[in-house]
Amino acid sequence: MDMLKKFSHSSLALPLAALALLLLFNAVFVTDFFKIEVMENGNLYGRPIDILYRASSLIILALGMTFVIATGGVDISVGAVCAISAASCCVLLGGDISGVPQHPFFIAILAGIGAGVLAGIWNGTLVAKLKIQAMVATLILLTAGRGIAQLLTDGQIITVYYKPFSYIGGNIPGVSLPTALIIAFLMVLLVILLDRKTSIGLMIQSVGINQTASRYAGINVTLVLFCVYIFSGFCAGTAGLIEGSLIRAADANNCGLNMEMDAILAVTLGGTLMVGGRYYIGGTIIGAITIQTLTTTMYAVGVSSDRLPAVKAVVILLIIVFQSQKFKQMYRDYMLKRSASGQLEASHA
Amino acid sequence: MRNFISNLVASRFFQFYVTLALFIVLFGIGSVSFDGFFSPQVFLNLFIDNAPLIIVTVGITFTILSGFGGIDLSVGAVVALTCMSLAYLMRDTSIHPVWCMIMVLFIGTAVGTLNGFLITFFRLQPFIVTLGTMFLCRGLTAMISRDSVGIDNEFYGELAFWSLPIGDCFLSLGALIALFVVLVATLVLKYTSFGRGVYAIGGNEQSARLMGLKADAIRWKAYIISGFCASLGGITYSWIMLSGYTQHGLGMEMEAIASSVIGGTQLMGGVAFIPGTLLGVMIQGTILTIISFQGTLSAWWTKIVVGVLLCLFIVMQAVVTEHKNKLMNLKAEKSSKDKKHN
Repeated sequence: MDMLKKFSHSSLALPLAALALLLLFNAVFVTDFFKIEVMENGNLYGRPIDILYRASSLIILALGMTFVIATGGVDISVGAVCAISAASCCVLLGGDISGVPQHPFFIAILAGIGAGVLAGIWNGTLVAKLKIQAMVATLILLTAGRGIAQLLTDGQIITVYYKPFSYIGGNIPGVSLPTALIIAFLMVLLVILLDRKTSIGLMIQSVGINQTASRYAGINVTLVLFCVYIFSGFCAGTAGLIEGSLIRAADANNCGLNMEMDAILAVTLGGTLMVGGRYYIGGTIIGAITIQTLTTTMYAVGVSSDRLPAVKAVVILLIIVFQSQKFKQMYRDYMLKRSASGQLEASHA
Repeated sequence: MRNFISNLVASRFFQFYVTLALFIVLFGIGSVSFDGFFSPQVFLNLFIDNAPLIIVTVGITFTILSGFGGIDLSVGAVVALTCMSLAYLMRDTSIHPVWCMIMVLFIGTAVGTLNGFLITFFRLQPFIVTLGTMFLCRGLTAMISRDSVGIDNEFYGELAFWSLPIGDCFLSLGALIALFVVLVATLVLKYTSFGRGVYAIGGNEQSARLMGLKADAIRWKAYIISGFCASLGGITYSWIMLSGYTQHGLGMEMEAIASSVIGGTQLMGGVAFIPGTLLGVMIQGTILTIISFQGTLSAWWTKIVVGVLLCLFIVMQAVVTEHKNKLMNLKAEKSSKDKKHN
């Protein structure tokens, strides 16, 4: 009982409960939801794997976003940065139909991630050095980003026929788990290491709660903010490679479209508040998986992709209302009143 | 001279002057480069083509102005939902178009009311709440119909093509409504207690509350206005498109925010000037017109140029705010010195 109480008060309770509810729904209404099969070529196949696989680029984006939001900012440019990253990688590989890349593969990958980091440096400079509000600063890349991506690809959708490029979003031959999932796992590991073994997590929280106080405490606020945005750019670059590889092309208009919104939602679902301060890496990961599970579930019961947002919105609005301070207080007041009236009745009897 | 510049930079309308100068420069560049650019009709077309965006931007400016991280991301989706509902009502029912239009105005108002309720009652972040209602409206639009629905009502078509002749030129009904909205919004913000209240809660909510202003009620009204404007913008949008489709107004919220910022609105809240936001929209329109006159440049250049402009204006805002603070400190020092002399 005590454990249950402790759990219901922890920050992970709500996202986990939402995920559990969704999984329960699936277990009842969708046949063979939890079945995992091994395909002929040794790859694992099944809805749970599929959810994790599709969620991996969202998880990566949301990790970067968690730190940004923890400092009290937000990075709404990540979707556009995904497009830039995919575009620069695909341009370097070239759309030659024979499958021969124009430049070595690792240079193209580095360029993709480098584009993300560069975008991060840009955002970081605006936010940390010029002290511009995060939302406004990242709005610039959001508006211009897809334009830049189109400039890189010359307005074309470059289809890459080079085989290894498809491994990033698919499977490396001989490995039974999707590569994207492995990348996401490694990123999570990196973030947890950074969080647990260094003091960077503490600094980020401190900056998010009170910048002035942090500066007086001897924290280099500018550097912390700068690093956070670069990391977010790095995550966006990596996610961009995965997204580009999934369709084996650089589509400047649609690559990573609305991903920034999903990433922010994943972070909020995980219990991290938009005002900054405490953050929950575990919550973010569960939040991202919850969003993807919701998507997959809705597809499974036959809701089309353009109607899906309505369902998503209702779930999200409900969850953020449940998370709000005001609702918790109302609930407490209600419980108090009920127990008070219960006692009153008991005394009358 | 230095004093003059310093005062000019610190003046309340400095941003507006810069936006105005930029608009004149851009229009000038177009007029010099292309034959037939410098004509009254090209100028009036800016209003005609951008009427929906103007109306939506006016609405969104109210929410940004009200502070507390105020923003309304749902406007683009409300535009789509409005167009789709109009098209559906006129295709499948025999309700008169005028009643249809009045009915769809309630859609935006309802969405605005919901936004305002969640934001003021539960004290939720406007960004997340309006993101949610954005998804909601897009989804609802697709629930009405996934395909494009055309509007072929005769009366409605006449309304869409009605125009007011001015000399050799003309203005469409949408443009007239947009100008009317701009005028009303400017007057409301300048001369009503509600308008001054919006500035007050955006500037400093705590002081406003201590002064006895009902901050929550004012903020709620700001979101209702934004929703209403989004619906009205949707109606003018349907006059241009004459159809309803799920992808209508995609990314309009970001265009509106960008126009508002270029027009001198500060996203912190408390600073905005509606005629400035009108110019912000027209600057975007002028860039598009220049690109279409040029002919070989692609539309993505608009995005890049708008991005660069946004960047310039945001950096300028930062510099101006710093300059103002410095000036205020200087004045305070000066007055304290004067007191000592006395």
